[in-house]
Amino acid sequence: MTGLRTVARAAFEGVDNVFNSAFTPALNPLYHLGTLGWFFYWITIVSGIYLYIFFDTGINQAYESLEYITNVQWYAGGVMRSLHRYASDALIIVMMLHLTREFVMDRYRGARWFTWFTGVPLLWLVFACGISGYWMVWDVLAQYIAIASTEWLDSLGIFGQSIARNFLNNDTLSGRFFTLMVFIHIAVPLFMLLVMWIHIQRQRNARVNPPVGLALGTLGMLLALSLARPAVSQAPANLDRVPSVIDLDWFYLVAYPLLDRIPGLAMWAIAGAGTLLLVMLPWLPPGRRRAPASVDLDNCNGCGRCVDDCPFSAVSLEPRTDAAAFSHEAVVSDDLCTSCGICVGACPTATPFRRTSELVPGIDLPGLRIRELLENTLSATGNLTGNARVAVYGCGHGPGLDHLRGPDVAVLELPCVAMLPPAFIDFVISRDHADGVFLTGCSDGNCHYRLGIDWTGQRLAGERDPYLRKRIPRERVAVLWAGINRGTRLQQEIHAFQDRLGALPPFKRRPYRSPGRQPEEEGGGPHD
Amino acid sequence: MIKMTRFIGQFVAYALFALVVGYFATQPSYTHLDPDKALIKLSFSHAGAHRQECRMLTQEDLERLPPNMRRPMDCPRERRPLLVELELDGEILYRDELPPSGLASDGASTAYRKFAVAAGSYRLVARLRDSRREDGFDYEKATEIMLSPQQNFVIDFRPELGGFLFL
Repeated sequence: MTGLRTVARAAFEGVDNVFNSAFTPALNPLYHLGTLGWFFYWITIVSGIYLYIFFDTGINQAYESLEYITNVQWYAGGVMRSLHRYASDALIIVMMLHLTREFVMDRYRGARWFTWFTGVPLLWLVFACGISGYWMVWDVLAQYIAIASTEWLDSLGIFGQSIARNFLNNDTLSGRFFTLMVFIHIAVPLFMLLVMWIHIQRQRNARVNPPVGLALGTLGMLLALSLARPAVSQAPANLDRVPSVIDLDWFYLVAYPLLDRIPGLAMWAIAGAGTLLLVMLPWLPPGRRRAPASVDLDNCNGCGRCVDDCPFSAVSLEPRTDAAAFSHEAVVSDDLCTSCGICVGACPTATPFRRTSELVPGIDLPGLRIRELLENTLSATGNLTGNARVAVYGCGHGPGLDHLRGPDVAVLELPCVAMLPPAFIDFVISRDHADGVFLTGCSDGNCHYRLGIDWTGQRLAGERDPYLRKRIPRERVAVLWAGINRGTRLQQEIHAFQDRLGALPPFKRRPYRSPGRQPEEEGGGPHD
Repeated sequence: MIKMTRFIGQFVAYALFALVVGYFATQPSYTHLDPDKALIKLSFSHAGAHRQECRMLTQEDLERLPPNMRRPMDCPRERRPLLVELELDGEILYRDELPPSGLASDGASTAYRKFAVAAGSYRLVARLRDSRREDGFDYEKATEIMLSPQQNFVIDFRPELGGFLFL
């Protein structure tokens, strides 16, 4: 399973790279599948409101009103109808890609179960919206859907009277059914909006709108499609005849032909089992829950930087519980913490320059404490040789790092590269542990922990606290957001970085003054 | 040059997306029923006779019951299944026992069956037994039908209208 997932992830990232070339990472639609889903949802809502103004409920009136909208008012109503259909079809595509992508990228387990879990009912709701919408047209497709759907519901055996009997022939059909369908087609999307809102509740800085450029491009594409191939009705429904050859919308109705071949109860069993499997996925083995971040109150002054940077709203500020002279303290919710360590990277006390007896930051990651990271850094860089020594910090979700190790390259792996406090970069370079620092990880726009790449970039650029200090020449820091497919490119970039480092004049290091000791030019303990 | 390449790349991506959406929104067509065939649909809901007849309770029976439940007649709720048979040109097309619905088997029996047949002329006979009799049928209706392609021929059952209805 893991091997299969790795292959699928490599395939996804391969396609990502192609799209990055065309769109740039900022506008890559594959990085905005969720927000595109929201965008398509709003297009269907706006176009649906317009259509509803002219739509008439009733056995004959429904079809006739849509014929008017499509043919007489083609320039407005017709376009709106096409947008309504194609945006809802596009919603299915991005929703399925979003689901598959999050599964393949392993972003659904542990603390992220809630987002996955609340996404599953959205699948049913989206299909209910689409199917009830097709029903309202009351053409032969609607007739086929109405009969197949009600027969499927009847197969449950829980209804006192057969619902499908409402569609026996033209005499048994009641206009009330259209009123019911209109109600369902309005109520379900509204309920869906509520579930969509719940779906993003555990995401900090959750985005619900795609970038403007992508939104405009997508809307333009849908408009062009609507004009080139307007959505039209099929022949009007006639219950005295059986629809023979039907133009199906395969996005919404792909399961319907199966209903002609598989007993209804078996289809319920398949749908139920599939839903149950999806719901259970976050808890199926192999479980990978790591210890959540922990707060050390002796070192936490309640500054709130960890709260601001946590991508999953797992850290909050609460009133102080000890006697310290600060109003608040950071509190980690174990249920929400993904153990990414981004909070540690945001903590101003997580600095190797600290002159206390032990390096213990206000917030730390038990799986890789900041003290261990420092020890690992000192150990890995201790034997580096040459004039282009590089310390590579990479995340566990990017390309493999082990093969990069060499006499002049030290490699250190973190859960997320944003766990690295900028002070470490300063420390490594200014204390001559290496001549440069190279950061790498997931591909740009595809951070495993959502915001690690953004925060790292902003910290290096001096736009987000804690900053990388200005005294560190930026040409001694390099970044490549590589993803898992670009190991070779990473190696080339590191070699190129080393070439640039070798050509730089020696870094003028400030004298280091240890407490109670004479100034010294080189070395010195990290936190003594 | 890079900008132009990007523009072309985006155009191709949007065009491909539109192509997929536009095509699969209606195509390929699906054949639900062979155009040369017609459909015979049997659909009704009808309660069979009670499995046992009502009986008058004796004085001893009544005295064994709580005072608020002492009704003179004992009518078991359970119903008999219906026996339904369809015959097409002398061949049995369908024959089944339809059990009563409900946890206590006291509800109506329901039939909903579809039979795709070639368009053409047929002699159709529908039969139903809903009583406690062991042989034969309580209702029977025969007709000559001419089914056109894609015709939806409905067989309903309403005892208040005399039994089977061919719609």
